[in-house]
Amino acid sequence: MNRRQLIASVAAMTTISLALPAWAQDEPLKVGFIYVGPVSDGGWTYQHDQGRLAVEEEFGDRVETTYLESVPEGVDAERALTQLALAGNDVIYATSFGYMDAVINVAAKFPDIKFEHNTGYKRTENVGTYDGRFYEGRAVTGTIAGRMTQSNKIGYIATFPIPEVIQGINSAYIHAKKVNPDVEMRVVWAYTWFDPAKEADAANALMAEGVDVILQHTNSTAPLAQLQQQGKIGFGQAADMASFAPTPRVSSVYNNWAAHYVKSVGRVLDGTWQPEAVWGGIGDGIVAIGEITEAVPAEVKAEAETLRDNIGAGEYHPFTGPLNKADGSAWLAEGQVATDEELSGMNFFVEGINAELPQ
Amino acid sequence: MMIDPIALFLLLLSASTPILFAALGELVVERAGVLNLGVEGMMIVGALSGFATAYYSGNAFLGFAVAALAGALVALPFTILTQFLMSNQVASGLALTLFGLGLAALFGKPVEGVRAPTMTAGPLGLNWIVWLGLAMVPAIWWFLNRSRAGLILRGVGENHDAAHALGYDVRRVRLAAIAFGGAMAGIGGAFISVATVLQWTEGMTAGAGWIALAIVVFSNWTAPGVLAGAWLFGGVTVLQLRLQAAGVRVPVQLLSMAPYLATIIVLVAISARQKFSRRAGGTAPGSLGQDFHALR
Repeated sequence: MNRRQLIASVAAMTTISLALPAWAQDEPLKVGFIYVGPVSDGGWTYQHDQGRLAVEEEFGDRVETTYLESVPEGVDAERALTQLALAGNDVIYATSFGYMDAVINVAAKFPDIKFEHNTGYKRTENVGTYDGRFYEGRAVTGTIAGRMTQSNKIGYIATFPIPEVIQGINSAYIHAKKVNPDVEMRVVWAYTWFDPAKEADAANALMAEGVDVILQHTNSTAPLAQLQQQGKIGFGQAADMASFAPTPRVSSVYNNWAAHYVKSVGRVLDGTWQPEAVWGGIGDGIVAIGEITEAVPAEVKAEAETLRDNIGAGEYHPFTGPLNKADGSAWLAEGQVATDEELSGMNFFVEGINAELPQ
Repeated sequence: MMIDPIALFLLLLSASTPILFAALGELVVERAGVLNLGVEGMMIVGALSGFATAYYSGNAFLGFAVAALAGALVALPFTILTQFLMSNQVASGLALTLFGLGLAALFGKPVEGVRAPTMTAGPLGLNWIVWLGLAMVPAIWWFLNRSRAGLILRGVGENHDAAHALGYDVRRVRLAAIAFGGAMAGIGGAFISVATVLQWTEGMTAGAGWIALAIVVFSNWTAPGVLAGAWLFGGVTVLQLRLQAAGVRVPVQLLSMAPYLATIIVLVAISARQKFSRRAGGTAPGSLGQDFHALR
């Protein structure tokens, strides 16, 4: 290669690279997702994938989505995120709490890529977070549970003692107690998000204790299957679980991530994306209440729907005083509302829950 | 707080059924001298095929039959690899697990989100398959210890060269044992999807196959030991959930740890007993995990 050719080729390459940004405008925005479970779980990951499909529906050819499913939390997550980043994704959504550190690490290496982490709390210049106020939905299912129980014993299959789960237990209990002062709540910690056989055992253990309504935070339909065999009722979790309606599934609390993903991808497309801390509830459409079936009496259904609408409109907050902690100490005074900081660090049961909270 | 021991025992019988089936099958396989680490893979294939059959045919029992067949069939590549191509059994077994998980995930797509038919309960409100599992324990004990075929199978497992010299077809015995192990794992997997969860989900066996493998070692390679191991594992899990439901204030972490603590204690006890009694019988089969080559 002589000098003239060299100059010519450098000039040509420069022209091409200058022209690239303009050409890149027509390329679809690449959006990547990593899921902790299989899309077929019928729960958590399924709902995230519905959100991904909603993004494709909304933006059509302007976006191109890919996903990696069943990526374990831990070292593998970092590899999977790096893979998505190297594949040229412009924005990456990581959909499980345990991906948090992996997201922060990978995001530091790819400052031009936008990351959003679901249910986390660490944010940087290119990492935002998004989460749902699931406790709002559990206030509604707690109300139904309190009204529907015959034995005055309701059960809760819990996963891990983290604030999100504790908020749910407290919210369900407060609202069940409000409509039924005799109600008692039994809590079983399963220490898993997804283990159908163990979830079934947990449901059976609760029913053997006389529980006739079960709320669950775990993600499989196994508890509903057990409830059905014994003629008891429960609620869908993470997804609608409508195939178990009208009983034992009388309603559900699920995540409508589509509402967030469409908004977020829209902001990336028009260049207004910022690393935010989104915490959306019923009012934002991120937390949804599944259809309340005919197994629930009309007046209970109406009561639950009114509560749902009041929460959605911002007229009522599920954590409104007077409320005491389980150890008897005062927490919220009459009419006082819990702050987001208090909720996101919640590590205690409210007064009346007769269960041990693992520390 | 009182917990009804009978109700607890009935819960335990159901909860331990999947690992009981899988572990009994693996017991026979290992007694024939083959180490098949593919139990999880065979279980998940059984879970899917059993569920799909029960859903399309509306007959749960047919689902279990097909699950047994599918479990045996998916073990066929493992048999060819290890018995005819002399592949490493550990690696082939792990490959079988991965293969089974992937295969089930791929073919499971059409039956996602649908419900299995409800089964009519047997005596004491327990599923018929639970009773079948309990019946298999004495049957397999009798087969291994009292039947001629069982004697041959154990002979093949203890010393395949000697069995071969006596004129027994080592490969054929092992092929039958692996197929039987696959069928039992398949039924165990189907119990989760058809009788417990009533839906198909990827990865729904959630490690039950690995527990089954541990139980075979734990049982000292005996059928009653497998039952004891399945009950111990299932029992401690059920008991800890049950104590929590009853509101007994015991540290939850301690309860969750209990199955593993129990396993360690029993394994220590077994190895201590062997060390002091120097008993040869009832321990790992002599040819376990070794390749058999007739020309050697």
